[in-house]
Formats: sequence, structure tokens, C-alpha cells
Amino acid sequence: MKNNKSNFSALKKKPAKIRSMRKWSWLFMGPVVVCFAIGFIWPFIQGIYLSLCKFRLIKDAEFIGFGNYGRALADPSFNRAFWYTALFAIASLIIINILAFTVAYLLTQGIKGSNLFRTVFFMPNLIGGIVLGYIWSMIFDGILSRYGTSILENSTFGFWGLIILVCWQQIGYMMIIYIAGLQAVPEDMLEAAKIDGASKWQTLFKVTIPNIMPSITICTFLSLTNGFKLFDQNLALTGGLPITILSDGSQIKQTEMLALNIFNTFYGQNTSATGVAQAKAVLFFILVAALGLIQLRFTRRKEVQQ
Amino acid sequence: MKKALSLLLSVILCIGLLSACGESKSGSVYWLNFKPESDEALQEVAKLYKEKTGVDVKVVTAASGTYGQTLTSEMDKSAPPTLFVVGNTNSVKDWADYALDLKDTPIAKELNTDAYNLYSADGKLVSIGYCFECYGIIVNPDLLEKAGHSVDEITNFATLKAVVEDIHSRAAELGFDAFSACDMDSSSSWRFTGHMVNLEYYYEERDSGSTWTECPAELKGTYVENYKNLYDLCINNSTQDPKTLATGGHDSEAEFKEGKAAFFVNGSWEYSAVSETVPNATMIPYYCGVEGEEKAGLNCGTENCWAINSKASEEDQKATMDFLVWCVTDAEASRILVDTFGAMPYKSAAESTNGFLAAANEYTNKGCYVMDWATNYQPGVDDYRAGLVSALNAYNADQTDANWETVRTAMIDGWAVQYQKQNQ
Repeated sequence: MKNNKSNFSALKKKPAKIRSMRKWSWLFMGPVVVCFAIGFIWPFIQGIYLSLCKFRLIKDAEFIGFGNYGRALADPSFNRAFWYTALFAIASLIIINILAFTVAYLLTQGIKGSNLFRTVFFMPNLIGGIVLGYIWSMIFDGILSRYGTSILENSTFGFWGLIILVCWQQIGYMMIIYIAGLQAVPEDMLEAAKIDGASKWQTLFKVTIPNIMPSITICTFLSLTNGFKLFDQNLALTGGLPITILSDGSQIKQTEMLALNIFNTFYGQNTSATGVAQAKAVLFFILVAALGLIQLRFTRRKEVQQ
Repeated sequence: MKKALSLLLSVILCIGLLSACGESKSGSVYWLNFKPESDEALQEVAKLYKEKTGVDVKVVTAASGTYGQTLTSEMDKSAPPTLFVVGNTNSVKDWADYALDLKDTPIAKELNTDAYNLYSADGKLVSIGYCFECYGIIVNPDLLEKAGHSVDEITNFATLKAVVEDIHSRAAELGFDAFSACDMDSSSSWRFTGHMVNLEYYYEERDSGSTWTECPAELKGTYVENYKNLYDLCINNSTQDPKTLATGGHDSEAEFKEGKAAFFVNGSWEYSAVSETVPNATMIPYYCGVEGEEKAGLNCGTENCWAINSKASEEDQKATMDFLVWCVTDAEASRILVDTFGAMPYKSAAESTNGFLAAANEYTNKGCYVMDWATNYQPGVDDYRAGLVSALNAYNADQTDANWETVRTAMIDGWAVQYQKQNQ
């Protein structure tokens, strides 16, 4: 602490230098700000505008007001996709985090070759979602075809297949975050717990976990939003199949998640549906942003200040 | 080191800037191609045109099954396609506003038939056919002979069924089976949900007494059972167990080419591939048990129609028009295109060498009726077909009456639902 303070006062002594540096801040921040504006802020604003339009091509959009939102909310497939996605996000959040933490915990116990294991567990994360989707559909069907069925025929298989896929992909990534957290748990606290006679479980729940709350925050945040935003894996693994045909001829895509529903709406055959898809996308953004913020706030409260 | 790095980065930046400057002033052509299998030939034609006239022709091919998406995003760019494909009533609805009226244009004057042209509701000639095709059941006559049968024997569903079931029952002994795999993945399912299903639509259209000019709001479903006849025959007398068709992975074309199957449900575009190993391959109609089907011919039509982007610059439109006229009049170019596409409905285009189209002509000359492509009217075509595939998957896994009812619902009621959606 002392050290910090002296550093700070040392900086304070040279205000002129800081001021001269500040003049340059725009030069350094500029490129990032420009890229962010071009790649994110502008498309975002345009996206909101388009959700109020009827259009075939973006450049010929015609303003129509809030009608698209009404149609988006009235769409039963959107509603269904929402609940399906929510279920999926919660299931994947729990499974991914428990497994990732377990693996991270085991790999920080000084097992031989733990670096190798870390690398191997992390590797699936380097493969793109579409490729993963196709690889896993081959694996699942390789097994399921022996029983005369396929992942495209049974929505339960589709659901758990997707869970297995995202677990395989994301556990390694979350594991790295947890390992970083675990290594930052102060040795003296662990030692104190040991001296006080705490059992392994007590140490884990009373010392280790409270201390890695920042990692838990990050990981739950990431896996929750990843679950909601999931698209390419969904598209490649099942593409929304199987479809249930209702008696009136309308269809329900059993494994269609929100992002895929938006995509399917946009590229559906009806020209006026593009605006509806855009409205869905804006609703989708609000949902994911809100969920993320709530969740962040909720876990922040449990963090231990070191 | 840092200096070198920053120098490198700035050089890269400058190259990026310079590359944006290379635009040409005179018109150029950008063809967004629809058929992946013809990409190679089109690139060749583009190169030939560049050599002869100096005009740039860029051919980009959309990945299989993604034409609509690719077209939508490409059209929004600053240099959109000048030439694109509008192949059915559905896309006429979507793209008519972006298509030049081709009536009385130089390319329209080269046509030898109006049969493959697509008009919008207000009478604008949105797109014109650049080739026509036919589909049906491809047959290997040699294998039939080996099994003690002949193609001439097959004149209706009953005779087809007899031959097919005989071959399937002796498959082990003969060393080949009746039908090649009928996969239901996206690379193959259209053979059944887009093509074979045409028999249902066509016969309904014929019953209505006149040719459809726009998508009917609903179907009666009179011929669903006939579709079932032929479909059942295909999946149950095939090289593959029907339970394994959902995810595909079997190479139907290779099975036929390698002589493992005597029948192959597909179309005239397969001729160049199939004739490599089965030079005398021929095609027979979809016999399905409809009365008087001894007089049936092949399913002839097209989904390949050129539209010129009306929002492109005048020069580009002109360049595109010139290119099209050259494609159908130049001997060398039209030879390449005809060999790729099968046949082109233009006065001065090269003669077709496609054996399946020859078979189609033969049927017509014998006085058989042509089954036109009523399938081009499928409303909400992607969703409609996806629903049908899913219902067929369930049926393939378990061939019960209940599951077939779902297929019927997807085919008939699904049509009405998609029609409503499209016209809301």
C-alpha cells in the first residue's frame, strides 16, 4: 500500500508531463474509436432504424413505424425460440461452469503434465462453430444411426447434443479463467485455513470460492450470453430440425434458438419479414444486454475485496 | 524492430487504399451464378469474353442452397451484381423491382420460345430462361439387361414396380440394387421435395384445365398417394436402409456411376457426370400409378433465368446485355454453355448433346405429354421444403400411416400456410 502511495505522489509531482501526454490521447484512442464507430455504433443505430422500416435491400428502406415490433412479438415461433433458448442458456451455464471449475481445480493441484492437459482442454475453443457443428453431427449420427435414429429426428437429442457441443467448446476457455483465479488465491489465507484445521471442502467453499468470485462473475456472464447468442453451432448441428407439422400445416422448428429464428425470419421468403427480423434482433439485443447487466450486478455483490 | 513493424503496417494500409482505386470506367459485368456445378464453365466463358472484347466479367457463385441470402447481401453493396438469377414466382415477387424489363431487348429477340420466361404481375418481363432442363428417373440400361429386363418393358407404375422389386430382391446375387441412395440432407432432399413432388402439382394443374400462371392458394392433394407409390418404391428398394437417410452422407451419384444402382432420381444436369461411365444412360418419367401415364413424358422446365439489375449503371446494363447476346450467339461460348447447362432456348445457340434432353424430346415426339415444372410455384419454398423433409424423415424412420398423414399435411396444408405467409 505504501509503495502505491509513493508512486502516486511521484506522478502528481509531474503534472506538466501528464498534461502534455493527454494532448496525444486522441491520437492513440482515435483509431479504436473510429473502428468502434464504424464497426459497431453505426451499424447498431442503422439496425434500430431498419427495425422501423419495410425493406428488401437496406438502401431502399421505407419507414413504417412500430408495426414490425407488433408482428415480431405476435410471432409464436419467436416466443417458442425464446423459451427454448432460455432453457438452453441456463442448462449450459450450470454445466459448463461446474465442469470448467472442476477441471481447473484439478489442474491446479500439481498433477503431472497439467500444462499438457490445459492445452488440450483449451484447443476445442480454437475451432469455429460451424466446423464444430458439422463434426459433432457426424459423431452423434455415427452413434445414433446404430439405433436407427438421428439427431435431426429427435428434439431431445438435438438439445443435449448442442449442450455437449458447447460444453466441449467452452469448458477449456472457462477453465483458463478459473485457473487464473485459483492461482491468485493468496497462499497465506490457504495456509491460515490449514493451520486452523479446515477440511479440504471447507477450504474450498469458505476460502477458495469467495476469492475467485471475480472469475465466477466473468465465466457465468460469458456462458450466459454465449448461450443466448448461440448461432453457428445451432445452424450447423441441427439447423432447427426436427420440424413438427401441426394439423393445420404450420410448422414448429423444435431446436431453433433465438438467433437462428431471427436469421430464418430475415431470409424467409416474405419480403416484409426482413423488417420483422430486424425488430426481433433489436429485442434480442435488449434482452441479452439486460440479462448480462442484471447478472453482473448480482455476482458483483458477492465479490470479496482483497 | 518497432520501426520496421510500423513501417510494415503503414505499407499494408497504403496497399489497402490503393486497391480501392482500381475501378474501371467502361461497363463491366458481374454475374451472380446460381449453380455451383457450372461455376468452372462460367469462369471459362468469362475469361474468353475478356480475351475477345476486353470487358471484365466477374462470375461469383453462391454456395449451394444460399442463393437468396447471397443475392440479398450482394445487391446491397456498392457494386451489386449486374446479372442475377430469378428462377421462380417467389423470387419474381422479391426482385421484380430490381430487374430490367427485358421485353423487346436484344437478348429477348434471340429467344426461340417464350416458355421459360417469367413475368411480374404487372406484365414486366423480369427474367428469361437461359437453359432448360428435365428430370425424372435416370436408368442404367445395361444393368437392367443384366437383371433380365429392359427399359422398354417399363411403361407405367406397375411395370416399373415389378422391375424394381425384382432387382432389389436379387440385389445380393446381382451385385447391384435398384435405386441409389435417397438422402434427405440438403444436398439431396430437393430431388424429392422439389422435383418428385412435382408429379402431385402437375397432375393437379392438369385437372384444373389450364396452366398455372400464379401460385394457387391451396392444393387438393388428389395425387399424394401417387407420390407415395413412387417414393415408397425408391426408399424401400434402394442401396441404403431408409432409416439412415436423414443425415445423408451417401453419394447417390457415385453409386449410380459405379454401377451399384440401376435407377437414380435426378435430372438432365447429371448427364455429363453420369455419361462418363454409363454412356447409354437414359431417363424415364415419374411413373406413379396415375391413369393414362403410359403417355407421360419427362418433367421439363427451368429455374435458370437471367435478370439484369435495373439499378446498375447504364454502362453496366449495356455491357451485361452485350455479354448475354454474345453468350447465346458466339459459337464457342454457346458450345461451352450448352454443354454445361444441357440446352439453351436461343435461335443461334449450339445444339444440345445431352442424352437426357434427347430422351425428353423423344417422349414428346411420340406424343407424350410434358410434365411442366409446377414445382416452381412452391410458396415460401425454403420453409415449405424444410417441413416436408422433416415429415419425410419421420416417415423414413417409421413407415406408419400416421407418419404419412404428416407428410400429406406438410405437403398440402403446408402449401396453404406458406401461401398465407407470403401474401400477408
